[in-house]
Amino acid sequence: MLARLASKRLLEIRQAFRQFPQTNRSLSTALNYHIDTPDNNPKVPWEFSEANKPKVHEILSHYPSNYKQSAVIPLLDLAQQQHGGWLPVSAMDAVAKVIEVAPIRVYEVATFYSMFNRAKVGKYHLLVCGTTPCMIRGSREIEDALLKHLGVKRNEVTKDGLFSVGEMECMEDVTPKRVVEIVEALKRGEKPPRGTQNPERVNCGPAGGNTTLLGEPKPPPCRDLDAC
Amino acid sequence: MGLGLLASRALRSSSSRVLSTNPRYNLFRTIVSTPELHKPEAAAEAAAEPDLPKRTPVAGARVHFPNPDDVIEVFVDGYPVKIPKGMTVLQACSVAGVDIPRFCYHDRLSIAGNCRMCLVEVEKSPKPVASCAMPALPGMKIKTDTPIAKKAREGVMEFLLMNHPLDCPICDQGGECDLQDQSMAFGSDRGRFTETKRSVVDKNLGPLVKTVMTRCIQCTRCVRFASEIAGVQDLGMLGRGSGEEIGTYVEKLMTSELSGNVIDICPVGALTSKPFAFKARNWELKGTESIDVTDAVGSNIRIDSRGPEVMRIVPRLNEDINEEWISDKTRFCYDGLKRQRLSDPMIRGADGRFKPVSWRDALAVVAEVIHQIKPEEIVGVAGKLSDAESMMLLKDFLNKMGSNNVWCEGNGKNTDADLRSGYLLNSSIGGLEKADCFLLVGTQPRVEAAMVNARIRKTVRATQAKVGYIGPAADFNYDHQHLGTGPETLVAIADGGHPFSSTLASAKNPAIIVGAGIFEREDKDAIFSVLQSMAAKNENLIRPDWNGLNVLLLNAAQAAALDLGLVPESDNAIESAKFVYLMGADDVNLDKLPKDAFVVYQGHHGDNGVYRANVILPSAVFSEKEGIYENTEGCSQQTVPAVPTIGDAREDWKIIRALSEVSGVRLPYDTIHGVRSRIRTVAPNLLNLDEREPAAFSVSLKPESPKKVSKLPFGVMVDNFYMTDAITRASKIMAQCSAVLTKK
Repeated sequence: MLARLASKRLLEIRQAFRQFPQTNRSLSTALNYHIDTPDNNPKVPWEFSEANKPKVHEILSHYPSNYKQSAVIPLLDLAQQQHGGWLPVSAMDAVAKVIEVAPIRVYEVATFYSMFNRAKVGKYHLLVCGTTPCMIRGSREIEDALLKHLGVKRNEVTKDGLFSVGEMECMEDVTPKRVVEIVEALKRGEKPPRGTQNPERVNCGPAGGNTTLLGEPKPPPCRDLDAC
Repeated sequence: MGLGLLASRALRSSSSRVLSTNPRYNLFRTIVSTPELHKPEAAAEAAAEPDLPKRTPVAGARVHFPNPDDVIEVFVDGYPVKIPKGMTVLQACSVAGVDIPRFCYHDRLSIAGNCRMCLVEVEKSPKPVASCAMPALPGMKIKTDTPIAKKAREGVMEFLLMNHPLDCPICDQGGECDLQDQSMAFGSDRGRFTETKRSVVDKNLGPLVKTVMTRCIQCTRCVRFASEIAGVQDLGMLGRGSGEEIGTYVEKLMTSELSGNVIDICPVGALTSKPFAFKARNWELKGTESIDVTDAVGSNIRIDSRGPEVMRIVPRLNEDINEEWISDKTRFCYDGLKRQRLSDPMIRGADGRFKPVSWRDALAVVAEVIHQIKPEEIVGVAGKLSDAESMMLLKDFLNKMGSNNVWCEGNGKNTDADLRSGYLLNSSIGGLEKADCFLLVGTQPRVEAAMVNARIRKTVRATQAKVGYIGPAADFNYDHQHLGTGPETLVAIADGGHPFSSTLASAKNPAIIVGAGIFEREDKDAIFSVLQSMAAKNENLIRPDWNGLNVLLLNAAQAAALDLGLVPESDNAIESAKFVYLMGADDVNLDKLPKDAFVVYQGHHGDNGVYRANVILPSAVFSEKEGIYENTEGCSQQTVPAVPTIGDAREDWKIIRALSEVSGVRLPYDTIHGVRSRIRTVAPNLLNLDEREPAAFSVSLKPESPKKVSKLPFGVMVDNFYMTDAITRASKIMAQCSAVLTKK
């Protein structure tokens, strides 16, 4: 009885926490199936460009001729670079033809990896971290600031075709204010500094310099045979 | 050699009787869970007592040791088991009589190992192992009922149920669902997961398979079936993590003739039968073990009926014929059994309209007419779906009337019925797996006999056997070489001038498969003598242990008709006929029939044959009667009545028996056993049910034909896979399929 009461109370607490606006479940990737659009359907012709064809041969030469399908990821990457940062379905079909497998085998790979964009993305594809630590540190506010500033929804491209916002795992360290500054810098054609945007941090180190592991680490006591 | 193969061999030998328990349901589906499983000391007890009562292998699994050196011994729950090297832990367990729960593992598909339900404990292994993917090693001590194994499976089950909707009451799989069954053993009565459940968009796979993808547990059985067995690379696993789903990515229907089998292999209700949706619960159905007659393969099926209605058709295991698959035509033709049926005897009046009459009147009219006709002007044609008993009686009856113009449609004019090897699939369907080179002559097995095609595909996949094809451009789901379109290519191969002849000559077990469309050709004797000359040159083609010269028949009735000697006396019997007895023959060409000829149509469907008929005698379909059918490899099997006949319809042999009495030439058979003892004197092999009777003599005894092969290319015998006979033409589902799925 007590256990049931306790679990009921727990549920109530969870419900209370769920009050703040949680829009419908946000998955990190776009749809897992294809919807025909004028610029993305199987009938749109797509081919590797003349400049890329030697690269295709180069990539294929890395693999034995009976394991051509191993080249699927580098070829998809090449196709994505050629097509302005995203992969239309006809590009995946073209890759399937090159490596001689059924198209579905290429779709499986392309849907698995979140860095293959299967819908149109902006020139600058902005990705906000969706992991728990970043959520606690305010990644949602950063995303909200971005979306509000750009006037788009997630996985949507701005009208000028410059920006789109998506989700992935942590890359940077920014604030809602800084993120808008970066966007403006990109609009002006400037190149913002790579890596962390927190001036107090050096690469992935903590703000204000290291706080631990300052000296030579102590060995575990049991290894110190004299002390035992 | 899979375990399932062995298991079913064992089963088949014990179930040569027609009515036996359903092997499919014995094979997997039982779950071991006893209160002892909860106690940790149970395992210790088992180890301490080596001579516990003997366990029987799951589904009669038997082990075959190809090489005596490769025997290893493992211990399953303390029992020592001898198994061949290379078996997995799961297979070793089933030999030891322990059924391991599983979702993704399937005997006939590649191993995926992604459901983790088959976890067992192995001594000295730090973690539970997935038994389906772990090869058994010598001396391995496997524990299947320890608390660790149980806890592991319970954990897996909780994760599977996390995103599985609680819609069993509205799910068609309810009652035959692996997840439902196994959650009874390993599931909790409540979940700890309080977040929202995942939902997935349903996919449109065509008119046969209904999808509720939210129920999917990502076992990937359907993906593996589609790419490995059906040979259509349409389905795939898209996305990753919790967003993973089965789909085709682009909008695409599953255009396979075997697509219905994904309904059976799906362990949950994600893929169910669209025509059967919300029609019945499986525990309301009566299962009748019968065989299929829509093609010449004779696939083993179970007809599930409720009251007088056939609700669905599902496959039955038969390793030698259809393994555990059936074609979509077999599975979904059942709604044709209820539509356009002839229920009353009818006579065409003077105004050209049919009027229902009593049996007495109808038979009297036929008897009166038949006596006014000269014997040589009487013709009888048996249909595609006729059973051996009725064909025997038709022949006996017309012979007594003085005519010998009786044949079965599809068998052509003066086909040689003397040597059985001249019209059977001599290698046998299962034997095709031994072949290493195929030459298909004027046959498109994918549409003519989908299960034979599946067998060829299996062989091609397993051994990279070469396939050459002579005939019009056709659809294949395996690698093949299109060598030519007409018999001259066959002649070139026989002469050795063709590049494929060296392939054929170097093959150990070459198999030449000739389509039954040849029977309708003028130059069939010439083609057969070309084949004969090939057999004379290539000693591997016909040996005592291998006969690679095959004919692939089209219809269920053909083989039995030729065994019973239903061969017409004259070539142009139809042109001069005054009395035609059509026993379910709908595809016989009646254009040249004289206008004043009297046509009796005895059949079950208002199909093509009815248009020209003067009298209609309604008969029973295969699901309503007991009848012997011989399949293309020469294995005779029997249908079993599952539902009562419709209206006033009667079994075919009874109608002819009654007609013979009215006509005054009474046939002395009063029971079906009487008919069968008559068959025993003509073709005793037809009564060896479920046994393949190979042809005793080979074609080489035939005299050489003086005729030359013609230039005419081979034709297409089946232009619409979904509609080939009266039943499938009446079926609404088949009509939908041919509208949507047939390639234009």
